[in-house]
Formats: sequence, C-alpha cells, structure tokens
Amino acid sequence: MNITKHYFQRLARGWVALAFVAALLGSLNASAGRNETLIVVREQGANSLDIQGLGTNRPAYGTSWNVYDRLLSFGVKTAANGDLSYDYQSLKPELAASWRVSEDGKYIDFMLRKDAVFHDGSSVTAADVQWSFARALAVGGFPTFQMKAGSIESAEQFEVVDKHTFRLHLLRDDKLTLPDLAVPVAAIYNASLAKQHATDADPWALEWLKTNDAGSGAYQVEKFEPGVQVVLSRFDAWRSGPLPKMEKVVERVVPSSSTRRAMSERGDVDVSFDLPPKDFAQLIDNPKVKVQGIPVENFMWFLDMNVNMPPFDKLKVRQAIAAAIPYQAIFDSVSYGRAAKLFGGEQAQPTSIDWPQAYPYNTDLKKAKALLTEAGYPDGFKTSLYYNLGLATWSEPIALQVQQNLRQIGIELTLEKIPGANWRGEMGKKSMPFLINDMGGWLNYPDYFFFWNYHSQNGVFNTMSYQNPEMDAYIDAARFAPDQASYIENVKGFIGKAFADVPRIPLFQSNLDVATRLDIQGYQYWFHRQLDYRQLYRK
Amino acid sequence: MFKMLISRFAAAIPSLFGVLVIAFVLTRALPGDPAAFLAGPAASQEAIEEIRSTLELDKGLMAQFVDYTRNVFNGDLGSSWSTGQPVLSELVSRMPASIELTLLGLSFAIAVAVPLGVLSATRPGSWIDHGCRLLTTAGVSLPIFFTGLLLVYVFYFLLGWAPAPMGRLSLFADAPPSVTGFFLLDSLLAGQWATFVEALQHIALPAINLGIFALAPIARMTRASMLGVLSSDFVRTAKAHQLPPRKILYGYALHNAMLPVITTLGMVFSFLLGANVLVEKVFSWPGVGSFALEAVVISDYAAVQGFVLAMGIFYVFLNLLIDIVYGLVDPRVRIAT
Repeated sequence: MNITKHYFQRLARGWVALAFVAALLGSLNASAGRNETLIVVREQGANSLDIQGLGTNRPAYGTSWNVYDRLLSFGVKTAANGDLSYDYQSLKPELAASWRVSEDGKYIDFMLRKDAVFHDGSSVTAADVQWSFARALAVGGFPTFQMKAGSIESAEQFEVVDKHTFRLHLLRDDKLTLPDLAVPVAAIYNASLAKQHATDADPWALEWLKTNDAGSGAYQVEKFEPGVQVVLSRFDAWRSGPLPKMEKVVERVVPSSSTRRAMSERGDVDVSFDLPPKDFAQLIDNPKVKVQGIPVENFMWFLDMNVNMPPFDKLKVRQAIAAAIPYQAIFDSVSYGRAAKLFGGEQAQPTSIDWPQAYPYNTDLKKAKALLTEAGYPDGFKTSLYYNLGLATWSEPIALQVQQNLRQIGIELTLEKIPGANWRGEMGKKSMPFLINDMGGWLNYPDYFFFWNYHSQNGVFNTMSYQNPEMDAYIDAARFAPDQASYIENVKGFIGKAFADVPRIPLFQSNLDVATRLDIQGYQYWFHRQLDYRQLYRK
Repeated sequence: MFKMLISRFAAAIPSLFGVLVIAFVLTRALPGDPAAFLAGPAASQEAIEEIRSTLELDKGLMAQFVDYTRNVFNGDLGSSWSTGQPVLSELVSRMPASIELTLLGLSFAIAVAVPLGVLSATRPGSWIDHGCRLLTTAGVSLPIFFTGLLLVYVFYFLLGWAPAPMGRLSLFADAPPSVTGFFLLDSLLAGQWATFVEALQHIALPAINLGIFALAPIARMTRASMLGVLSSDFVRTAKAHQLPPRKILYGYALHNAMLPVITTLGMVFSFLLGANVLVEKVFSWPGVGSFALEAVVISDYAAVQGFVLAMGIFYVFLNLLIDIVYGLVDPRVRIAT
C-alpha cells in the first residue's frame, strides 16, 4: 500500500520541477519579430470586424479603421500640448486620389486611386463604393444615422460614372458631407467578395463580414478571437498612404487595469490604451513609460437638470446648484487632472467659439444659498441624482461629492444607480430630474453638439428637456451659416444662451490617454478615440 | 452497479430541467434593455422596436421559453452580442481553458493540502499544526483577486519569474493542434515541448492562485478525518501488532480517511469553477468565467443563459461522477444501493 505515498512524492517532485522550469524560462520571453510587432493591451476587445453591423462596439471602430480604407481622411496637426492630433479642418485623399465639387454644387466626383486593391487582390472600384454606402444606409441604426449627419440619405444619391469615378449627388449644401466620408462608418467594402457570402435573408452579408475581412486597408486581419485578441499584419500592397512601419499588431484584451499597469511598467507591452485616469496620473511619474493625452474633442462630463420638473424649472434654482458644485475637487479626484476645466470662466459671455469652453460658474456656497432663498427654497428640497453604473469609475465619485456639497445648502440627494444597459432607456424617457452623464460628437463642430443636446427637436441626448426658440434660432442659423462672421456670431449666441440658462452644468473635458513605451513614436489622437496603427513605429 | 448508474442518471433529469428554467428566468430578470443597447446611443425609438422584433424579444415570456428550449435541444444557444459569435462555439472554445486551470489548481491544492492535513493530524498542537492552520485560514480569507494581484506583483512585476499575465501562451506562440483543448496535454500529444513549457509558465500562477483558495477545506477535512481514523480501533490494533508506523499511516489510516475528503473535493471543484471568474480577470485568461462576467455587465442574454446552462449541466454531472467514485472507494455505498 505504498501507492499513496508514492503518489504524494511524485506530485511534490512534479511541482518543484514545474516551479523551477517556470522560473528558469520566465526570462526567455523575447522572441523573434518583437521589434516589428506592436503589442497593445486594452480593457475590452472588438466584437466584430464590421463597423456597419448591429451592436458593433467601440473597440471595433479601431479595428475597422485600420483594416478598411475610406474615400477621404484627415490631415495631422500639433495640438496645444505638443501631441499630434488629426486635423478636422484639412481633408486629405485616401482611396479617392482627388475629388471635385461640380460648378453648380449639385454633386461631387471622387476619382479613385487606380492602384488601390483589396486584401484579396481585386481592385477597388466605384461599384464597391456605391455598394458600401448603400449598405450603410440599408442596415439601419448607427451607420445610417451617421451617414445622414452628412446629408447622405438615399441610395439614389450614388452614381458609378466609370470604373474609377464615383459621383455623390448632393441633397443640400452641407459642410459635414465631406468630413462625414472620413468617419469609420464610411468604410469601403469589397462588394464582389461580400456578395458571394450574401444570402436572401442577409443580402448585405452582415453575418459573414462580422468575422471576415473584406477591406483594402493598411492592415489585414490575421487572427480574430473576440474577447481575447486581434492580430493584424501589414498589407504590403497598400497604396493609400506611406506604408506603415509596424509589420504586425497584436491587440490583447487584459481586463484587469492593475495587470495592464504592471505590464506597462515592466515594458512588456508597447501601448496600453484607455487606462483609467488614476493609473495614468501615477504612470506619469514612471520614467520608463510615456503618457500622452489630449482632451477628447467635442466631449464633456456634465450634470443635467430636467427643466420640466420642478424645482429645476426655476432659473435661480439651476444657478444655485451651478454655484454649489465642488468643481475643483471633482476635477482633482475624478479626472486626476487629466482633463480640461469647464468651470471658472472669466466672462459671463463667450469671447471665442472654442468648444467646449469653461462656463462662468464657480463654487460659492453663500451665493448658492442666497439664490436658493430667492427662488423660494430657503430650506432646500429633496430630489434624486441619477447616474450610469456602467461608467461608475467616473460617475460615482462625482455623485458623492455633489451630494455632499448640496447637502450644505439644504438639498438632499438620493443617489439612483442605473445599470449600464438600462441607461439609454432611462435617457429616452426623460424622467430623470437630475443626472450625471458624458457626451461627445465625432464631428468637431459646436453646432453639431448643440443640435444633439440643446435643440428643441428634443433628441435623446437632451436629457434636460430644454426647449427654447431663441436657442433653436442660433443653432439653425449656425448650422447653415452663409459666411464665417455670421457663423461666429451665432455660435457665440448659443453658447451664451447655454451659459445663462444653465440647464446643463459642464464639469470637465476628460483626456484620451495612452501609455506607451519610450521607444514608441508617432501616436496621434483621432476623433473616433481609437488607435491608428499606421502612424506608430519603434525608434 | 449498472442499476445504480441508471437510477442516478434518471435522478439528474429533473435537475437538468430545473437548470434550463432557471437559466431562462434569471437572465430575463437581468436589468437592461438589450434592444436599446444594441441600437446604440443615437437610435430612434422605431429603430429600437425594429431590433426588438428581429431578436423576438417582443414575444411573450412563455413563447420565448418554448423557442429557447427548442433551440437548446437543437444545439443552438443563440449568439453572444459582446463577442458577436455563437454562444455554443464560444463556450466550447473557452471551456477547456477554464477546466484546465481549475483541474491544475485543484491538483496543486491536493498536493499541498493533503500532506499538510496528514502532518498536522499526526502532530496535533505542534508548530506544524498551527502553521497549517494559519496558511489555510489566510488562503481562504484573502480575497482571491487580491492573492492574484499579489502573485502578479511579486512573481511577475518584482521578480520577473512569471511571464506577462496575458493569457494561455505568449504572443508569439501558436496554440498546439487541438485534441482535448488542454494546452498542456495537447502540446505533449503533438510533441511540442517548447509549447508545453510555455503553457506551463502561463498557467502556473493562476493555478496556484486558485489552489491557495482551495487549500483550507481540503487540509481541514483531511486533518479532521485523519484524527478520527487515527484514534479508531483498527489503528490501535495495528499499533499493538507493531506494524511499521508508515504502513499504518499511509496504508490503512489515509485510505480510510479519504472518503470525506473526496466529497469535499467535489464541492471544492465546483466553487473553484466559480472563483475562476476573478482569477481569469486578473490573468486575462480566456475562459468561460471572463466571458460570463462581461456578458452579465451588458445584459447579453444568450451568453448568460448559455453559461448558466453549461455550468448547471456540468455541476449535475460532477455530482453524478462523485457519487460513482464514492461507490468505487467505499464498498458500503455500493452495497447500500
């Protein structure tokens, strides 16, 4: 009966051997190809390769961006802090070598690059462009909505002039039409390849394109394991720009932020994307890691008060609350300073059309108390503050600090946590009196932001239910302004109105931060808030 | 024996049906509106309703349940929205990673805890006994993600012994040809020694992390059961006959003390599968746990349902297996049935 004894001895020996081997070989991780490979870690991975598909998540925008090309792209500029950023004011060719607006302004011709090929080797034609845009309009949901934002509304607007010329008929003169062709949704698909996989039930090959690559972009998909990793390899026949320097990109999903941080600090990964601000603030002191970030354009964290629900219908109440928010404390403890301040503005009226810009509100509890008394609530009142549990790392500490400060002027807040999946539904109901949220627009125009947020069309983002004819007039006039002077006047007009009526209290404009190894160069900010691997390289 | 097997299987059927119902009801009780979630933030109400009807979420609960049951019997668990893949293939490809991790963690726990239990039973009140108590208490009372982070910090971050906690293999290694789905076994079967070593390096820390959590129940149960056996008549008789102490201890006593330990193992195995969720998160392990966690957060009905169902079935079969092993170890159980 010595079997059990032997068993234990064997097991014990086995484990000692295991530990030894593991320790010995742990340091032999640097394998061949490391220098030509970019290793990226992030919290969540792409769930689809098809940006036009249903339920495609945010990381998938990035995959699509690198795997597919668009007709146009944006140039580069140096941002205020010295980092590189895309430049929304300069459009540059991608698949379209050039484009020309007709003299009567009725259509735009796009001359496609003749040497552009898809990953299967077939050339990119105007028919592919037509099919891809028609698909974006046909699938419904977000892609369709995004195309419409640039006045691209019906498949009848598309015309194939010849193999390499695509014509877009214009419904109206809209300054967003061209920029809208450079957003991820306007990707160009290999139509003939996709059609081979289309079925009667699925004419746009949604199912097949979810996991298969039909692009012409600088990178092709080598491995796609949703929730685990995406491996991209460079497409050497890519001609839409200078050939990227990295031959391979491995994007691994590492859900735990502490683990991501440890890997960054050890230098085992090249890029850690979308780390929480706290980790970034701490990584900045590490000499082995480079932290870069600029405030996300056209984006803000804010508090909304529903003007249809008393007591928020009273301007003085809203002003009182705007004077009672602990702005600086929130800025320091929630964004860790990795943001731009949207409070403490000097002037009561906007002096520029920069957006977002600081609102003229400061923390002043005495003034807040006085305003509340004037409004007829000397003893305060009770209400509820709603926030999205899906973004709790941001919204929870904001909620607690707001609750604490408002208590000092007699306002008792009950905190209502809404699960992430429910949040959109709650926003649509417009039944939340007071809430914390964030919002950003891809196209960097203040009128675009105001149209979705402050306009009385009462879209889903107008959670303050704010409706004001004067505001609408400014917004509409700015959207279709005939010249720069009237544009500036109207933009200042609606920003000033938002300052004065204050249904929304902006807090800060948070950064999009990225941590890289010191030898990684060329990082560039993009409006879609994803990485563009085409510019990154190793020094 | 055969008759016993049949009756055990029959008894498992109602449990399986219960699992099916619970998986369905629990996921409907999840907060959130999947249609609104899928439609994206800018969707209109009509777009949401359209998606709701394509997903057949506008049907009554009973009708949805009937559809669901029919699909399950056809092997169709629906598609996950978080990863965009069919749930069944997602579970099939991820399950081996979780089971391999759990089995290795359990082996580690047994290899450490059983000898510890025996040692402290033979020397009750000694420093070994106290040390064992301290170790096991610490193991079970420290939160599992904390031990995980601590292990990563020490063995990866400070010492650099362990590879980056980025999954089952390093970035440049290819998975061995899949036979069992267990990388350790598959790499050996394919004769890929380097892959085996690599897989071992990657699984070592998470397995130890899981194992530490399971030390306590196994060691305590071994100790208690061993103490009981050591004071029993047949051990006293063996001692009186001056049999060698090793033979008494390992030959007779341990064999008899194993029965309650096996029951504990079954229990431990099932709660380790649950604890996996956190270990997988810390070590970016591509198992079912991390998949399920993500699915719950975004109300991914099909994925959560599939996970609950798979786990339920797994538990039922695990219990069945333990019953059978029990019968093999202890003849009394066999005779009683």
